[in-house]
Amino acid sequence: MSYKIYDINEDLKEFMPKEIIDLEERATWGNPKRGVMDLPYTKELIEEHSLCAGCPESMALRYILASLPNPEDTIIVNSTGCTSLVFPHIALHTVHSLFGNQNAVASGIKRVLEWRFPDKVKDVVVLAGDGATVDIGLDCTLQSFFRQEKITTICFDNEVYANTGGQESGLTVKGHVFKMAPKGKQWDKVPFWQIAIDSGCHYVARLTVSSPKKVEQVIKKAIYVAREVGPTYVHLYTPCILEIGLNSDDGLDEMRARDKERFSFFEYMTPQAEEVINRVKEEGLL
Amino acid sequence: MQATETILYNRAGQRVVSPDYLLFEAPRTKHFMTGSEAVKEAVKRASVDASVSYPITPQSEAAHLIGELWVEGYVGVYFRGESEFGVMSEIAGCAMAGARTITTTSGPGTLRAMENFPMWAGTRIPVQLVLMARGVNSPLSIQPDNLEVGFLLDTGCMIWYAETAQDLFDMILAGFVVAEQPDVHVPVITVVDGFFVSHTREAIMLPPDDIALPPYNPYRAPMPVIDAEVPPGRFLRDPFVMKSNYISYATHASWQWEVRAAIERSRPYAKHYLRGLIEHFGDPEAELVFVACGTASAQAKEAVRLLEDEGIPARVVKLKTIRPFPIEELRQAVKGAKYIFVPEFNVVGWLEREVRRYLYGHSNAEIIGAPRVAGGMTMPAEVIVKEVLKLTGKEVKHVI
Repeated sequence: MSYKIYDINEDLKEFMPKEIIDLEERATWGNPKRGVMDLPYTKELIEEHSLCAGCPESMALRYILASLPNPEDTIIVNSTGCTSLVFPHIALHTVHSLFGNQNAVASGIKRVLEWRFPDKVKDVVVLAGDGATVDIGLDCTLQSFFRQEKITTICFDNEVYANTGGQESGLTVKGHVFKMAPKGKQWDKVPFWQIAIDSGCHYVARLTVSSPKKVEQVIKKAIYVAREVGPTYVHLYTPCILEIGLNSDDGLDEMRARDKERFSFFEYMTPQAEEVINRVKEEGLL
Repeated sequence: MQATETILYNRAGQRVVSPDYLLFEAPRTKHFMTGSEAVKEAVKRASVDASVSYPITPQSEAAHLIGELWVEGYVGVYFRGESEFGVMSEIAGCAMAGARTITTTSGPGTLRAMENFPMWAGTRIPVQLVLMARGVNSPLSIQPDNLEVGFLLDTGCMIWYAETAQDLFDMILAGFVVAEQPDVHVPVITVVDGFFVSHTREAIMLPPDDIALPPYNPYRAPMPVIDAEVPPGRFLRDPFVMKSNYISYATHASWQWEVRAAIERSRPYAKHYLRGLIEHFGDPEAELVFVACGTASAQAKEAVRLLEDEGIPARVVKLKTIRPFPIEELRQAVKGAKYIFVPEFNVVGWLEREVRRYLYGHSNAEIIGAPRVAGGMTMPAEVIVKEVLKLTGKEVKHVI
């Protein structure tokens, strides 16, 4: 439908909490040019985050939600982990189903919405951690790429199972000591951005969330390409400051340090994706 | 005032008729087909929006016949998923997005998908799973065996059990109607015994194929459909997982309890559309009763005929629904029974457990969990008769 679904019945308005009224009056709906620069002035689509103080993942979630070009018609599919603590605070349609099945659920939703609403744009965006995307959910993630599902998959890579108390994941760096890897991880970090390319993604990006504007650009490109061409994948470094022994004000420095090495900005696009991105740029939407 | 009649058509161009008309009133013609083909005929008349498939013996044929319906325009969305776990999640996504959705699986596929079934129920989606029961590993078996149904009993899904292809056809149509009632709105698993029903041909009466069930209206659902056309549910504003306090525990518990209550509320609808939750066969006065479902009830009916020759009056109480369990119906039906046999196609006797549980304190009959066959064995009527004669001490005549 439209952002009209967020309009509040006038007769009930006086009973509604302030944050719900703000969503109607001060959030950015119906404007594909919305972006991270709106953050200080408008109502965010995320009410509050329930992550640790200074958690870079909370920054990532705020930037992503501020960057969605079509929030009024965007479905968020998430998985289990730290991210699942945040979704209840998002004003959009969100789904938490099981741990690792997020891309399968998103595939079903996207296909049915495309069929039910052939004349409308309905974006489906998957937000999940590294364990959900690359370990337990690897099968569903890759198969959705193989099937060329028109969904955007965003992985919050904190290189650890943080929500369960800091266990090694497939995206942990080799040698790093975590729970369940008491001798240090024995094998290399999975280069999932490369696997995403080989598996058929049309737009792939790897970055930290140290630069909000850069995150906005990447998210918008990924969503526009997914809409028209096929699967897109964004790999974000959102370090778990708690598990790597940093203070709550150290997250940004940690990301900036990794910007120069294993999370240096990397972008890939197929010719079809490039065509879409160039067109959207010409339209002034990027 | 002049009466006007509006004729509605579904997306496939079939005339929309009421469930009662389709199930009970429409003229039917006789056909000869397998259980898998009966699934196709039911889906064809059910205004199905989406189906996701994955191959496994013996359900594959039903799943690819649904694919043919997609090509012909009777089903909106269809594709092959990566595994049963993926498929049941994809099915969930389809249903969340507002589609009437069906899929099929068997044995090991059911277990692979297991985590999804309580999720379906908790998500309150009225999806339908046609389960063609087969043995589970290990050792590897592809033969008929319904052990898997025992695992599904407490998933929060309705479980119906079809005896024949005809039963299955009617149950699939009724299944959508009952599962989609706003005060029910939980998944329905329609079970049939693999091979015995899926692969054998039998006579089946079908209504015409140019009429179909009314399409699913997702906006009648008790939970907001995930399509961004309605305000999102904010019911998780303080989700259970985030708080360790008594309110969160109570919320979780009441949510799960409500799923079971929804199954209870399906009783009147199921009673109407299935014409009762149980079916009687044989001498209504007989003190010897077989309580069974699926193929076991078909074989028990044959055994009743053989026992008649032996001069032993017997009867069958066939259970059409397992969840909800026809508690009152069964208690009434076995009044006056002295011996209750529960023949089953599995080694554990899950149906015997259910029967004992619900008859405890309500029947003085001796309950005997026999005969029990598994792993692909058939259950000849003679085997059932033999169990009975063993008990009565009567001499075996024409039974081997």
